[in-house]
Amino acid sequence: MGMIIQGATGDWEVVIGLEVHAQVTSNAKLFSGSATEYGAEQNTQVSFVDAAMPGMLPVINEMAVRQAVRTGLGLKAQINKFSVFDRKNYFYADLPQGYQISQYLQPIVGEGTLTIDLKDGETKEIGITRLHLEQDAGKSIHDQHPSMTLVDLNRSGVALMEIVSEPDIRSPEEAAAYVKKLRSILRYLGTCDGNMEEGSMRADVNVSVRRPGDEFGTRCEMKNINSVRFIQQAIIFEANRQVDILEAGGEIDQETRLYDSVKGETRSMRSKEEAHDYRYFPDPDLLPLEFDDAFVEEIKADLPELPDEKKDRFVGDLGITPYDAGVLVAEKEVADYFEAVAKGRDAKISANWVIGELFGNLNRTGKSLAESPVSADELGKLVDLIKDGTISNRIAKEVFEEMFDSGKAAADIVKEKGLEQVSDTGAIEQAIDDVMAANMDKVEEYRGGKDKLLGFFMGQVMKATGGKANPGVVNKILKPKLDG
Amino acid sequence: MSLDKATVAKVANLARIRVEEEKLDPLAAELNAILGWVEQLGEVDTENVKPMTSVAEMQLRWRQDEITDGGYQEQVVANAPSKDEGFFAVPKVIE
Repeated sequence: MGMIIQGATGDWEVVIGLEVHAQVTSNAKLFSGSATEYGAEQNTQVSFVDAAMPGMLPVINEMAVRQAVRTGLGLKAQINKFSVFDRKNYFYADLPQGYQISQYLQPIVGEGTLTIDLKDGETKEIGITRLHLEQDAGKSIHDQHPSMTLVDLNRSGVALMEIVSEPDIRSPEEAAAYVKKLRSILRYLGTCDGNMEEGSMRADVNVSVRRPGDEFGTRCEMKNINSVRFIQQAIIFEANRQVDILEAGGEIDQETRLYDSVKGETRSMRSKEEAHDYRYFPDPDLLPLEFDDAFVEEIKADLPELPDEKKDRFVGDLGITPYDAGVLVAEKEVADYFEAVAKGRDAKISANWVIGELFGNLNRTGKSLAESPVSADELGKLVDLIKDGTISNRIAKEVFEEMFDSGKAAADIVKEKGLEQVSDTGAIEQAIDDVMAANMDKVEEYRGGKDKLLGFFMGQVMKATGGKANPGVVNKILKPKLDG
Repeated sequence: MSLDKATVAKVANLARIRVEEEKLDPLAAELNAILGWVEQLGEVDTENVKPMTSVAEMQLRWRQDEITDGGYQEQVVANAPSKDEGFFAVPKVIE
């Protein structure tokens, strides 16, 4: 569903395109042998290449090339076996070269597609325009010194993939779905850790508005937004700002705007506009990047099952609902956990336990899946105990809470607490007789036609047996007895 | 292609090169002369000639993904006009 803004003069449609910068997972930087790890002491992961000392030459990291190709294949995109590195020229304190090595006219990856998952299990295809490799800049810190800006070059030269979408996105929700899906695919591929808090993934958001069906309007770009929530807020603010201007008879200036997440607004960065005359030209320090079909095939042979394929398999082969399948495949760790639980067991029951009880308890305690006190194997054994009738579903929930809090095995808890389901008809018959004897008035009412009391008796019998009676067996014996 | 005075001033500004007002016109003339020589190359028929990317028949060299460099903070900031606790320190840049 596209977002429509109802203005005073009619409806406006919002058009969005995203440029996502994803940090490549690699040990060393794009063109030097210094480390990429996050959080190191300032300027300790900087080589003379990254610091742009005179006479230093860039040499490309094979892993960065592999990761870009791998990502391109994951996005079903065209792989360009010949691509070119260019210099993008601008001056900034955290860019020691005075230019960023990037790819302009001939990127390593061309057009592809990404399928986003919307509400109600609907999907939509978003076009990928291109993916190119480029260097990250250093980091400027403005608030640690009263009069100076401090510069740390640890990030300088780290490999980034810039992934550009077509302007196919029509609402903040679609933008959020796009970023989440892209993040999921990158994490499955292992080409980017997707950590938005550490800045491993950030987005430039292009927004314009138009009358439905018209030509595209003039767009504004908001740079470097690092959370899905902020991306959505920025789009809503910016689209409304543009509608207000157009309805007042004004025009949109194509410009770069800054999204201020504290004030929840965008504002012009016009001072930087002239600096954005980048004067790209091929980097004379680097020859074109070339590889052969065998290189691509080798990477292709090693691709994992991606979220879309996994979802199709969960729905098609395992009978999971598309919604549940979408939840299970979003993170590879969750999908792996679920598959371990479901192996050789009922997939639907397994899915319910993972999505319901496990996620519920992880949320309650603020734990991640990796920190779960209940392993997939143990959850599977709990499902087995339900399936073979040892415990009822209701008791199983209690057992699970106990497993989660104590880390004990399901079978041990059931044994210790004597929670085994009672299927022994003698014991159940006795309990039913006791309940009926204590409630003769209700028995009369039932026999007088008040069918609804069956639920009451059922409840009383379960209560009398401490919830351990097998509900199926109770049902079978109770009704004939009541009917007399 | 011909450069006017305003374009020369803009290019100088983008390259952070200070050019005095009275030098702009002579510089424009010099640059135009250079561009003129470069444009002569356009007279050569390069139909079906692949763009030359290197004077030698060379391939781009690749490196393995191994950490082989870094770990010398002091040397990195040694030449900085101003530094603070291992950071480069520059005049405050606020957007």
